[in-house]
Amino acid sequence: MTEPLNTGSGAPRASNRPPTERAGLTSPGTTTGLAAPATTVIAFSGAQLEEVQRLQSLYPDPRGALLPVLHLAQETFGWISLPVEEYVAGLFALSPAHVHEVVTFYTLYFQQPTGRHIVAVCHNLSCHLAGSRDILAHVKRRLGIEVGQTTDDGRITLQSVECLCACEAAPMAQVDDRYELNLTPARVDRILEGLR
Amino acid sequence: MAETVLMRNFDRANSHTLDVYRAAGGYGAWDKAGTMEPAAITEEVKKSNLRGLGGAGFPTGMKWSFIPKGHTGPVYLVVNADEGEPGTFKDRYLLERDPHALIEGMLITARAIRSALGFVYVRGEYVQPWRVFSAAVKEAYAAGLLGNGFDIVVHRGAGAYICGEETGLLSSLEGKKGWPKIKPPFPAIKGAFGQPTIVNNVETLACVPPIISRGAEWFAGLGTKTQGGTRMYSVSGRVKRPAVYEASVSITLRHLIERAGGVSGTGRLKAVVPGGGSAAILTADEIDVTMDVDGLKVAGSMIGSAGVIVMDESVSIPEALLVLARFYAHESCGQCTPCRESTGWIYKMVHRVVDGHGHKDDLDTILDVAKRGGGTTICAFYDGAIGPYISYIEKFRPEFEALIGT
Repeated sequence: MTEPLNTGSGAPRASNRPPTERAGLTSPGTTTGLAAPATTVIAFSGAQLEEVQRLQSLYPDPRGALLPVLHLAQETFGWISLPVEEYVAGLFALSPAHVHEVVTFYTLYFQQPTGRHIVAVCHNLSCHLAGSRDILAHVKRRLGIEVGQTTDDGRITLQSVECLCACEAAPMAQVDDRYELNLTPARVDRILEGLR
Repeated sequence: MAETVLMRNFDRANSHTLDVYRAAGGYGAWDKAGTMEPAAITEEVKKSNLRGLGGAGFPTGMKWSFIPKGHTGPVYLVVNADEGEPGTFKDRYLLERDPHALIEGMLITARAIRSALGFVYVRGEYVQPWRVFSAAVKEAYAAGLLGNGFDIVVHRGAGAYICGEETGLLSSLEGKKGWPKIKPPFPAIKGAFGQPTIVNNVETLACVPPIISRGAEWFAGLGTKTQGGTRMYSVSGRVKRPAVYEASVSITLRHLIERAGGVSGTGRLKAVVPGGGSAAILTADEIDVTMDVDGLKVAGSMIGSAGVIVMDESVSIPEALLVLARFYAHESCGQCTPCRESTGWIYKMVHRVVDGHGHKDDLDTILDVAKRGGGTTICAFYDGAIGPYISYIEKFRPEFEALIGT
């Protein structure tokens, strides 16, 4: 069975942009079970603040460390909320608007809570030729969610992404930090079962 | 078969470690470069006919020579490891399997351009390559190769294809969104943090140690009259053995597909993307081209990043174009109106054609929009998008028309 090519809605969107599956996570989907960020204190530890200073000292202008520090913030706080943006802006003496502009430009910063694991299926040309549509359809069926959504138990967020440059092993996906190569439905099942 | 230069160490156990790299003669070129005047290093690279392997194919030694003479402030060396061109995966192999080749190439280049600080911009999704390369940098510091006049900062991107464009990359390195900058000034005059900067691709710099060790003449002799050396071709799609293959830049596309085991699927070739997603598509009759910068230019396409994507007869060309049109619409940075608007609208039009709702004049409209937009934007992103829009429709028009009906 072959799924339709578009991973979002059947017809092109009213907006003049394709669905931003990775950046957006725009459809809240089913987010039950995710921790509410409001109760979290937004502050780096002393050791982390030293790391921020070390990173800033590596660049001729400390602002160069903004992307690495945002990575650190996301590892620490789970996602980049507006209060996190303000906190990071304070560390750089930048306006929060500048940090917001950066966060919203890149796909790897999450502007909403995600599941504990991210499964990002590549949908670009080489993976497409190797059957990535069917792989994505299989993942959707297994998890019972659409692209951009998170499973009810907060375990997995599903994304459909552009070329991850592992075309020799298509179809493939990124699962958290790892590349999972040469995917088949059976292999997908084993990988998903391993995500707790 | 051509000599193996760039992948010479890939099959050694623990090829990513300093000990193994040294045991195979690694850092010998750096020792030799230490006895050479900076200008002599640049001269040697010029004579080698090395051309940039990231996409644009600009002569590397010439680029280095653009650093203003008499400039007394800092000069930066920036490595573009933001590999993202659809169908390309060579730099991932170099970062993971021979990271010291890049470090040695950076050391030699830094001496040539008198740089004391280098940045390696690794795409955000490349977590494992980033870890392996960072570990190699740490080893190089411990061994005193780095930290004695040249430092390397490994910088992780955060997901944006446009940061592979050199000025977009520099914006991102400066902590901004990755918007490309108007040229001139070129980075060699005013680049990272406002200082003269050389931006080179990973594979390009990995060519430098062998050039210094074995000489420009040898390297130039491996290639064609206008481009020296071998390069790493990423071959994927409908071939029997998708992988990265090193070959002389004089290899033909036909021969390269044969090396990858030939066409899979139906076994009958329909089309090939010769140089990454942004290269114009070639038909089955057009594969007797040499895979160097000028060979592909003559064929009306481009070698780009040398990502070869093979399609057999069963592949739908309109669907392939839809995949790429979605990519360009998603990755346009939004700075220039022609690119931002055209990529979005063309995606929608290709979408409705593929869905069977195309209008009779859609194909001509897409071609018209694509042809008008060329050369009107700050960077080459939209010029890259135009390659597929035009070539897929012009070379496979009946297939698109069949979806539209009459």
